[in-house]
Amino acid sequence: MLYRETGQFKTTYQSDSAIFPILQDRIGLAVILAVAFIAIPATRNDFIINAVMTPFLIFALASIGLNILTGYTGLLSLGTGAFMGVGAYACYKLTTIFPQVNILVWVVASGFFSAAVGVLFGLPSLRIKGFYLAIATLAAQFFLEWCFIRVPWLYNYNVSGAIEVPQRELFGIIVTGPRATSETRYYIVLTLVVVLTWLASNLVHGRIGRMWMAVRDMDLAAELMGIRLLPTKLLAFAVSSFYCGVAGALMVFLWYGGAEASVFGINQSFTILFMVIIGGLGSMIGSFMGAALIFILPILLRFVPESLGLPLQSATVEQLSFMIVGAMIIVILIVEPAGLARLWQITKQKLRVWPFPY
Amino acid sequence: MHVEKQRPAGSALMHFLYLIFIDPFVQMAQAPDLLAQTLWEGLVSGMLYALIALGFVLIFKASGVFNFAQGIMVVFAALTLVGLYEAGVPAFLALALAIVVMFILAFVVERSVLRPLVGQPDIILFMATFGITYFLIGFGEIVFGGDPKVMITAPLYLPKGAITYHTLGGMVQLQKIDIAAAVIASLMVAGLAIFFSRTRIGRALRAVADSHEAALSVGISLEQIWVIVWFAAGLVALVTGIFWGARSDVSFALEVIALKALPVLILGGFTSIPGAIVGGLIIGLGEKIVEFYWGPLVGGGTDAWFAYVIALLFLLFRPQGLFGERIIERI
Repeated sequence: MLYRETGQFKTTYQSDSAIFPILQDRIGLAVILAVAFIAIPATRNDFIINAVMTPFLIFALASIGLNILTGYTGLLSLGTGAFMGVGAYACYKLTTIFPQVNILVWVVASGFFSAAVGVLFGLPSLRIKGFYLAIATLAAQFFLEWCFIRVPWLYNYNVSGAIEVPQRELFGIIVTGPRATSETRYYIVLTLVVVLTWLASNLVHGRIGRMWMAVRDMDLAAELMGIRLLPTKLLAFAVSSFYCGVAGALMVFLWYGGAEASVFGINQSFTILFMVIIGGLGSMIGSFMGAALIFILPILLRFVPESLGLPLQSATVEQLSFMIVGAMIIVILIVEPAGLARLWQITKQKLRVWPFPY
Repeated sequence: MHVEKQRPAGSALMHFLYLIFIDPFVQMAQAPDLLAQTLWEGLVSGMLYALIALGFVLIFKASGVFNFAQGIMVVFAALTLVGLYEAGVPAFLALALAIVVMFILAFVVERSVLRPLVGQPDIILFMATFGITYFLIGFGEIVFGGDPKVMITAPLYLPKGAITYHTLGGMVQLQKIDIAAAVIASLMVAGLAIFFSRTRIGRALRAVADSHEAALSVGISLEQIWVIVWFAAGLVALVTGIFWGARSDVSFALEVIALKALPVLILGGFTSIPGAIVGGLIIGLGEKIVEFYWGPLVGGGTDAWFAYVIALLFLLFRPQGLFGERIIERI
């Protein structure tokens, strides 16, 4: 009943083509942002902020990155984990070589390193697609992972072979390293994710996004319409890897505080891919939904049975979440290949005309 | 002065080139027994890659599904066998039960995944097999536990130990289990070839591989064929799992190694059984030789990515593989 657009008239093209054309959607978005920016930090609950919200936002950012490549451009990639790793290691090298430069600059700059590597490994996409390309990106995954282990220069010849995040300040506030508060880290991640999501949303709704979708839907037709496949696909690889790289840098610098190469393994790639599939291929909000579902599922599995008096062992939780995620992917692909985002859209449509069927 | 400064750099480069292009071959010539041993190791691991790739090819030919779960099916089959044996079931009964489990798996997959997704784009079916993979990982670990298990070899009358040849100025060790694996794998491939060319079902399978619509129109049941072909792939997985498990532990860590079958497929072509075998052998051999002779130059561990990089080069220059049909879209 509340969700009605009656009386909301569009008088300009701009308002007609807005991403959130309905007033209630805009209010909803504002409420979500207010909750994210004010209510969640106000809880001062370290678990919620540090173990739930921060990783969720980082995973959502990586999902947006993969969604640009797989969902919008139709190029399947299994190398997401490695591209995140490139971002993390680039950021680590940059901040240890130039410690005086603002850490946020390096977090964003590391995305460009990741983008360059992404373009390099995206070159085969000009000749192949589908699962052939997926195998080509596996080459990126395994080669880069090997580099993270075997090139000691990347982790400054640490004996442990891991990267340790040094302490860095931003305008006098400690933002990275063990002494940074979780609120500070959360605010930085949230701000970056919001800004990057806004950019990505504008990108996919504009000319470039339409080019990507044209290539996805039928590359031959896209080429006939004058879209050059080479730059379009490589741009998708670059932007996607940029997002993944920034997500990887955030993951290490503002969540883990340190990481080994195994963090960026093939399983990370699959986790992100599943978030994209379940959330919805080719949807911004789907990236958030998928990230929320897959990341929060193990947490729920750990705490819900415990509160019911049936504590599960952590190994069982992991196995159960594997099973549920696997089954969920199959069900989603059968029921609604466009993922949770599409279900959300259908729900909204139903709400708009409720109580009538159409 | 200037020239003298140049000289060390030049000689370092020469030394580097020597290490890459000449030294490995000198080593090979100096120790032919080591070379023979490396070749044998390469052939054996190549054979196991080829067996996994064979399972992929069987399913791809008949249903056009790129079955990412083949590697997990190998682990799952081996786990079922060992798990049942550890639960007190006699070895050969456990083997029979494992075969039954693989049939049930084929049936369930056909009913719950393939049939509802019929007619969807290939890439959707491919992603659905990720779902199968993860489901099987979770399911297998819940039922059989996550710890690595030791494959039963003695109760299945598989040979143990090694044969040592004193030749080539040294000695070459051949594990008996590897020889047994080679023999059984060859028998299985021969059996599959006869099955495909001589039996009624085999001919139906080939008809389906050629064209789904045409096969339907002459009265072949696609659903039945899919169950059969997934079951055949399950059997191949079981055999692979037994021999792979005998070389190392049976655990889900094999999954990453099983992914190596993907470059094998690129090399051999997606639809060719001989291609899968030759591709597997090439990848196995190349990987071991490169790791043994060139690996130390870059710090070792090259076998983690060598196969994929070879596949990448193939994709760039010969996307249909060595024996595959030229069906790939190159846009």
